[in-house]
Amino acid sequence: MDLIADNLPAYLSGFRVTLQLTLLSGAFALVWGTVLAAMRVSPLSTLRGLAVTYVELLRNTPLTLVFFFLVFVAPQFGVLPPLGFWTAVIALSAYTSAFVCEAVRSGINGIPVGQAEAARAIGLTFSQTLGLVVLPQAVRSVVPPLINVLIALTKNTSVAAGFAVVELLASGRRIALANPSEATLALVGVGLFYLVITIPAGYLAGVLERKVAFAR
Amino acid sequence: MSSVLYDEPGPVARRRERIGSVVGGLLVVALLVLAFRYADDRGLFGADRWDVLYDPPKNQSAEAVWTSMVLRGLGATLRAAAVAAPLALVLGLLLAMWRTTRIAWLRAPATVVIELFRGLPVLLMMLFGLLGFGWDAFAAVVFGLTVYNMAIIAEILRAGLASLPKGQTEAAYAIGLSRWQTLLLVQLPQAVRTMLPSLIAQLVVLLKDSSLGFIVGYPELLRAMQTNAQYFGNKYYVALFLVGAGIYLVVNISLTRLAVWLQRRGGPKTAGKVARDVTVAPAGIGGPGGPGGFASGAGGTV
Repeated sequence: MDLIADNLPAYLSGFRVTLQLTLLSGAFALVWGTVLAAMRVSPLSTLRGLAVTYVELLRNTPLTLVFFFLVFVAPQFGVLPPLGFWTAVIALSAYTSAFVCEAVRSGINGIPVGQAEAARAIGLTFSQTLGLVVLPQAVRSVVPPLINVLIALTKNTSVAAGFAVVELLASGRRIALANPSEATLALVGVGLFYLVITIPAGYLAGVLERKVAFAR
Repeated sequence: MSSVLYDEPGPVARRRERIGSVVGGLLVVALLVLAFRYADDRGLFGADRWDVLYDPPKNQSAEAVWTSMVLRGLGATLRAAAVAAPLALVLGLLLAMWRTTRIAWLRAPATVVIELFRGLPVLLMMLFGLLGFGWDAFAAVVFGLTVYNMAIIAEILRAGLASLPKGQTEAAYAIGLSRWQTLLLVQLPQAVRTMLPSLIAQLVVLLKDSSLGFIVGYPELLRAMQTNAQYFGNKYYVALFLVGAGIYLVVNISLTRLAVWLQRRGGPKTAGKVARDVTVAPAGIGGPGGPGGFASGAGGTV
């Protein structure tokens, strides 16, 4: 365990970058994903079509390919994305928002039909029905799957290590390469830091899921 | 599409909607035209950006390029997935059975293994194989894909077992089947059936994750794209990327469609009310479920 203790500063600085990536991309993806979900159930077919295309494209593309596009292909269009950290934030938010959209949409689908009918019966418009009646209720049942999406995002930030962002996995890889005889131990250290986030979050999702199930 | 979120449109609303759709469509077309003009200004549609696909420079044949992309690149991607997927399915099935054992201390290791591998990035598992155990890139990729997906598949199957109506187990016990017989002959076949869409969705994830081999130095499709672009020149990145991304989309979307199709036709044959609730999308607000609307299994399918 000396190896992990000796390299604690390196681990912690990597861990901080991983956290920043997760929180920033998570926030962007939540906002953009909710907008996409609203577009997918809207009356305007153009909006629906756009959202469906976006979600289907991103869901069926590997995250590595999204990174690849931003880092290697976009410059050929003359678009120069900011290197490193912000490229990773853009790729992760774009990718995760598709999954957020699906989670929110299935939450909207889970609200009893009577709620929307009642809202319409008292004369609310589409945006009022969605914003005041359906979405606030959907949030409850959407929270556990959304936490799972964010857990996946936390793990997905590791892909940024392959594209010049020194986050947790990249710092762990450096330590492992510097100490080849103890490489396994160095990677166990990385794993511990990931588990610190993912296991409590998974537990929280499970607890909330049971709570929502009882409340209904 | 009619939806309970808004009224069945009357003539005025229909006209407004049609105008909105046309204006929106025109806006999209205008944006696309602008993007094309912009790209055209940068010479993106010049033959010298695309000839790599039919008449590559440096005295190479188009055949060699396509072979390196499709046969070697996609081939390597599929090979890793084809080895990892059966392994993950079998190990996941074993883990799921192990986890439903009734004795708590026997069950604990399975729970630990599942929670551990579910909570770690696939890339980290690949690095374990590569740096920790000193394996070659292929073995590392297969190892990473297998251990992660077996944990997720075990969770999917467990959810499938839990969703079965209680009467199935009770009936099996009543006719004198043992616990193992009940599990193997009654519960698992139904659980696999119910969860088939989620299992296929997970296989799509596995295939997607094989692209992480790019980072650990496994020569798969992305690496083939990069190698070609580096050899022929960076200006070919766009053409090569479109081919590579197209291959991924075609393979993954066909698999997803297969899952949706299975979900539709699997319905009536599974037992009981609960199974039907799982397979048929609830008559909810957003209208028909649409492609890809099935439940993602156990939160790991991203």
